[in-house]
Amino acid sequence: MALSREQLAMRVAKELKDGYYVNLGIGIPTLVSNYVPEGIEVMLQSENGLLGMGPFPVEREIDADLINAGKQTVTAIKGASFFSSADSFAMIRGGHVDLTVLGAFEVDVHGNIASYMIPGKLIKGMGGAMDLVAGADNIIVTMTHASKHGEPKLLPQCTLPLTGAACIKRVLTDLAFIEIKDGKFHLLERAPGVSVEEIQKLTAGELVVPDNVPEMDL
Amino acid sequence: MSGFNKVVSSYADAMDGLQDGMTVLAGGFGLCGIQENLINEIKRLGVKNLTVVSNNCGVTDFGLGILLESKQIKKMISSYVGENQTFMDQLLADELEVELTPQGTLAEKMRAGGAGIPGFYTATGVGTEVGNGKEVKEFNGRDYILEEAITGDFAIVKAWKGDHFGNLVYRQTAQNFNPMAATAGKITVAEVEELVEPGELDPNFIHTPGIYVNRVIQGEFEKRIEFRTVTEEA
Repeated sequence: MALSREQLAMRVAKELKDGYYVNLGIGIPTLVSNYVPEGIEVMLQSENGLLGMGPFPVEREIDADLINAGKQTVTAIKGASFFSSADSFAMIRGGHVDLTVLGAFEVDVHGNIASYMIPGKLIKGMGGAMDLVAGADNIIVTMTHASKHGEPKLLPQCTLPLTGAACIKRVLTDLAFIEIKDGKFHLLERAPGVSVEEIQKLTAGELVVPDNVPEMDL
Repeated sequence: MSGFNKVVSSYADAMDGLQDGMTVLAGGFGLCGIQENLINEIKRLGVKNLTVVSNNCGVTDFGLGILLESKQIKKMISSYVGENQTFMDQLLADELEVELTPQGTLAEKMRAGGAGIPGFYTATGVGTEVGNGKEVKEFNGRDYILEEAITGDFAIVKAWKGDHFGNLVYRQTAQNFNPMAATAGKITVAEVEELVEPGELDPNFIHTPGIYVNRVIQGEFEKRIEFRTVTEEA
């Protein structure tokens, strides 16, 4: 079975370490904050100017001045700080964030990522994604393995305008956890109940499959 | 009257001098920390062919989005078009010029503009369309592109508290791009929620020192929320 959005978030959460500063992109990455393992503390950075982002507010706490990068109302935890966008991206560009999790339309075997526009159809803008992929060393991309029509999104070469070049090393999809190195995808783990053949079929870029591919521990 | 009294009493005075073809820098992120009434005044003035530098462009009927509706904006320099359908439509129909700029680069362009630094090198955008045509320079084995600073004929900022000297304090994530925009306008206009007496703001906690600010006006704010997300009360 392909992973649900929640399961994707659960798997990413296993990569969190005590004391990490983490930037979570919009969408699936945001859900990761619901699955922080017990006994560890992480501090969430929101690029609009908040370090120490908390959960959504209860109704009476809602504050129009306190939002996340997805423009959703949030809260600030004890020990949080607010700052300008220039400071926020100094943290990001300066390599001070320990883990970045973000979504994508396409990723390729060279570690290129495309996530901000489909020419002629959809223009979202890159927001902070270009700065995040350029500034972070430890990045996990979360995405569906293929489009709704079954077209692979893990490619020999991205077809859409790039968000970043040669910057992605790890991709978690609803089917597999994949490492990118030496110009190839390397299959690390598969979603429970998903076969290597299924993953292979939906991966367009070269995929290296070791003898034993463990199922993910969620 | 003190030469440091920057308070103006009408929005017409606040935006006096804004003309067709000018560049306006605006703080704000989404609808958070936006200059609601200064933007309404720009609409009322009807000035056209503006270049607006702002992370987003509001929503269709609120914030900078209303200036798209009235076709007063020739060019946007922004990082995120996001959920504003008018923006996307005008862009896809070639009615609007847009310079999509990475968010951190946009913040730094304004910061540099205000600080008298004409350009800077960043790894953001290397190998992408953002880097096209820009000078590439290698530092310690890595490529960086040259990005140029931005300044504006006007900068509009929104603060929580301000005094007549133009000292400003922002609140929570409504700070965002406002401090950088404030430094980079030839004329910087601050719209504040609370105009306080001189000395009330603790000098230790001023975000924007008054030297950057030319005009201050106190406004009433709607503070619309774009996505109202809540947790159920336990």
